[in-house]
Amino acid sequence: MLINHPLLGPRDVSEFVYLGDASLIDRPDWQAGDAGEQFHDYLYLRDNPAGAHRELWFHEQGDRSWLVVTRHTVTHEILKVELARDVALARGRDK
Amino acid sequence: MSQPYRINGGLIDREKVLSFTFNKQPFEGYQGDTLASALLANGQRLVGRSFKYHRPRGIFTAGSEEPNALVELRDGAYREANTRATTVELFDGLAAHSQNHRGPLSFDLMAVNDFLHPFLGAGFYYKTFMWPASFWEKVYEPIIRRSAGLGRLSGEADPDTYEKGFRHCDLLIIGGGPAGLAAARFAGRSGARVILVDEERLLGGRLNAETYAVDGEAGAAWAADCADELHALDNVEILTRATVAGVFDHGVYSVVERNTDHLPDAGGRARQTLWRVYAKSAILCAGAAERPIAFGNNDRPGVMLAGAVRAFANRWAVAPGRRVAVFTNNDDGWRCAEDLSAHGVEITAVIDSRDIAPLARIPGALMAMGERVVDTRGRKGVHTITLSNGGVIPADCLAVSGGWSPNVHLTCHHRGRPQWREDIAAFVPGQDLPPGMRVAGAAKGVMRLGDVLADGYCTAMETIETLGFTPPPGEAPRADNESAAVSAFWHVAESRARCWVDLQNDVTVKDITLAEREGFRSVEHLKRYTTLGMATDQGKTGNVLGLAVLAESQGKSIAETGVTIFRPPYTPVPIGAFAGKSRGKEFRPTRVTPSHQWAEEQGAVFVEVGMWLRAQYFPRAGETHWRQSVDREVRSVRGSVGVCDVTTLGKIDIQGRDAAAFLNRVYCNAFAKLPVGKARYGVMLREDGVVMDDGTTARLSKTHFVMTTTTANAVSVFRHMEFCRQCLWPSMDVHLISATEQWAQFAVAGPNARKLLQKVVDPAFDISNDSFPYMACGEMTICGGTPARLFRISFSGELAYEIAVPGRFGESLVRILMEAGAEFNVTPYGTEAVGVMRTEKGHAAGPELNGQTTARDLGLGRMVSKKKDSIGSLLSEREALNREDGFILMGFRPINRENKLSAGAHFIAKTAPATLEHDEGWLSSVAYSPELGHSIGLGFIARGAERIGETVLAVDLVRNQEIEVEIVPPVFVDPEGERLRV
Repeated sequence: MLINHPLLGPRDVSEFVYLGDASLIDRPDWQAGDAGEQFHDYLYLRDNPAGAHRELWFHEQGDRSWLVVTRHTVTHEILKVELARDVALARGRDK
Repeated sequence: MSQPYRINGGLIDREKVLSFTFNKQPFEGYQGDTLASALLANGQRLVGRSFKYHRPRGIFTAGSEEPNALVELRDGAYREANTRATTVELFDGLAAHSQNHRGPLSFDLMAVNDFLHPFLGAGFYYKTFMWPASFWEKVYEPIIRRSAGLGRLSGEADPDTYEKGFRHCDLLIIGGGPAGLAAARFAGRSGARVILVDEERLLGGRLNAETYAVDGEAGAAWAADCADELHALDNVEILTRATVAGVFDHGVYSVVERNTDHLPDAGGRARQTLWRVYAKSAILCAGAAERPIAFGNNDRPGVMLAGAVRAFANRWAVAPGRRVAVFTNNDDGWRCAEDLSAHGVEITAVIDSRDIAPLARIPGALMAMGERVVDTRGRKGVHTITLSNGGVIPADCLAVSGGWSPNVHLTCHHRGRPQWREDIAAFVPGQDLPPGMRVAGAAKGVMRLGDVLADGYCTAMETIETLGFTPPPGEAPRADNESAAVSAFWHVAESRARCWVDLQNDVTVKDITLAEREGFRSVEHLKRYTTLGMATDQGKTGNVLGLAVLAESQGKSIAETGVTIFRPPYTPVPIGAFAGKSRGKEFRPTRVTPSHQWAEEQGAVFVEVGMWLRAQYFPRAGETHWRQSVDREVRSVRGSVGVCDVTTLGKIDIQGRDAAAFLNRVYCNAFAKLPVGKARYGVMLREDGVVMDDGTTARLSKTHFVMTTTTANAVSVFRHMEFCRQCLWPSMDVHLISATEQWAQFAVAGPNARKLLQKVVDPAFDISNDSFPYMACGEMTICGGTPARLFRISFSGELAYEIAVPGRFGESLVRILMEAGAEFNVTPYGTEAVGVMRTEKGHAAGPELNGQTTARDLGLGRMVSKKKDSIGSLLSEREALNREDGFILMGFRPINRENKLSAGAHFIAKTAPATLEHDEGWLSSVAYSPELGHSIGLGFIARGAERIGETVLAVDLVRNQEIEVEIVPPVFVDPEGERLRV
């Protein structure tokens, strides 16, 4: 597998570590009324699509960027690669 | 030592005579021979025994699809089993042995299995060896394993070396036959970066085995010219003796290159190289493989595929028999009769299953049109054949052609499904090819040479244009189109003897129909049940025939029956090639600390911690047991002072305006207000509330912290913190860098630790108890200006410091500390002493931080701050993690102080039986405490805090031990922590 790193170009998969669903970016607010419920869902509930899947990869043997890779789970085609930080900012995460 | 079956012509060098042995018998062959062609040249038709029935078997094909002629090569540790005689290049001194027989090859004692065949049909071992169940492992399996099988392993470590490498190209061309050469020449001339891979020594593929002309010259000569042109191009790399084993995602191909298998001695070179090829596009030109027809006793030595028979004659100048008969269902089989006849070999008959007019005149041959071969006779090889019309024909070689199957394997590695094409009675690649791959030539079902050359050329043009290169001028190579009509004829129904489908696994037509009757109707089930298409050849010759038989017995079409999935590797790959250099000590890196050499000089015993080698203890003269050394080291630390290398602990440098706020989020306890110049113990949770890691973090300035992690978790903690920083709080101004190897760090522990350090730290820095109290930290210089960091932290429970210097000064520092500490009798101590002292102090370590315990379980529940957001704090509040009867870390001591506790023992009430229902917890760490003079332990026990003073049993069913222990607080030594603060 090759992952087309947004800063470094195509890199071999052996340089990366996989984490899981990119929804891990959407960590709930600890002070929400139903925070317990939200954290439970955040931690344990995942979609398992046969198709496009947004997932987190860490360029551990490289520049240590966390990436959001959109990968087709059936064909393994990689449709999009973004810096996770950019995705997090776009999703309204801050400090 | 003549070669009685050698004929004229061929691509061999008769000037270079090579000697070799088969079963210790000496033979001769020529440079350019394969082991198979040399054996045939010497009339050695019997080369092995079959897998199950130990039937005599000979050479069946002339290439890598060979199912039968498996031999052991070389001797001693170099012995390699199951190599195909048809792919082994002959070299001087080659030693080959037949395999899978007891006694001599010509009289195999295990051939008795053949008489037992009525009991050994498909799936016999599932049916026969059922009872008693205990017999399976001890009796049945060993017997079956001994009698059924392939070659022997050497039983020694592989003495060869292997390499791995990487290559990149615009276009990978797989196969150097006519299509591949036409494609490579075109693409090479366009300037694209081309890699051409072929499994053989010689480029040309079937052109070397046939008598066709290309562009007006002999096919083999045209191939050689083409190869010369390609070799001269800088943008073309040619890998011969190399096989594309697998197709992986995003244009990654694995290629196994055999560097030295054709040489008597590797001469220090890597035997094979496993290449990872990154290709923008690929053209598969893998050709096609001929398949047999199933008829009675079609497995005798001398029965061969027709294409192989003429390959041996045309390329290797060997007549596989003196009287050859041909049995075919297609036009191509006739070529065999014509070629051999032209070589002067007697053709006794041509039998064509189609009732058509003879396609050629073969002098002296009986023309049996619309007939079939129903049986063969001959003890160690075919002698006569019996036809469906009752005729008996003499033949010591029967060339069989059941048509050609495109080698579609690599098109299926991404789960593509081949499609059945009725007109050529074969599977061709489906529409869902691996991205970037095209197929050309016979692999695509284009069967006639003129078409094949044009297809290779056109496919290359299409690919080159897609890649953005300019097509070079010139035309496609030209050749005549031979006739290639074929009929779907699979097996001879009137044969009463066994008809073999898969020669390697001894699968017959009857086995397949039996399996079908027993309900194994899917091809995948059929494969597992009968073993059709398994083992080294993966059914390259027999698969389609087997599917046809299955389809017929189900009354379905072959298209409906389908094929099994082809997976990598295409042909067998030695495990050594996959391992490459990652063997023995090179399996993974070994990390050593800056004091390693010094520790070796001290005679340290080392232990592997992750990839690190750490000093475990330092035995001294007269100490005969490790406990003596460890007890002494502990006493020395607690009595005076000791030094221990703690470099392996993970160090993470954290800087930025938001560094404190960041730490406050990743640690469950408060960090935001940690003063500059102070260190604090921190506990890191996973989001589910379970403890991930612990360590101390020191604040060197308002915006600069240094964190330590456990040795084992250094990498994963860093990864987690980068996740938090980039994905959760992307606007925080904080930066992380791993500094584990940049700083050498030593613990200096014991009542004399300060006195020792005061001799090393430069006088400008005051490290008295008042100025540098417990948990102080700071940057300073030592030894007259060397930069250092000092942390007053303690794992041992004594007055202790950790001192860090840039890695390159680590070795000098330990020597200086030892010299300065001589007056205090300073003692180096290792990980065992660390373990004893932390157990005495009740500090949790690896056995306690096992990924299942919460801060509450560890007795640290109150550290989890509820006033802030931190990873894991919210879910740590869940009810099930806070049960009143939950496990709590406690101390344990044996009632009988002589007893030695063992880690892993489980706690059971004194009156209860030692069963799971009565399990109350477990002992996680034990040590002998020199200070207390007896064994002590840490462990988790339900409601532990309320049960101090209670006696329970520590039951160790593995070591058969039952010890009465008393529950005590987890801190055994200096519970008030007074020694830390002096």
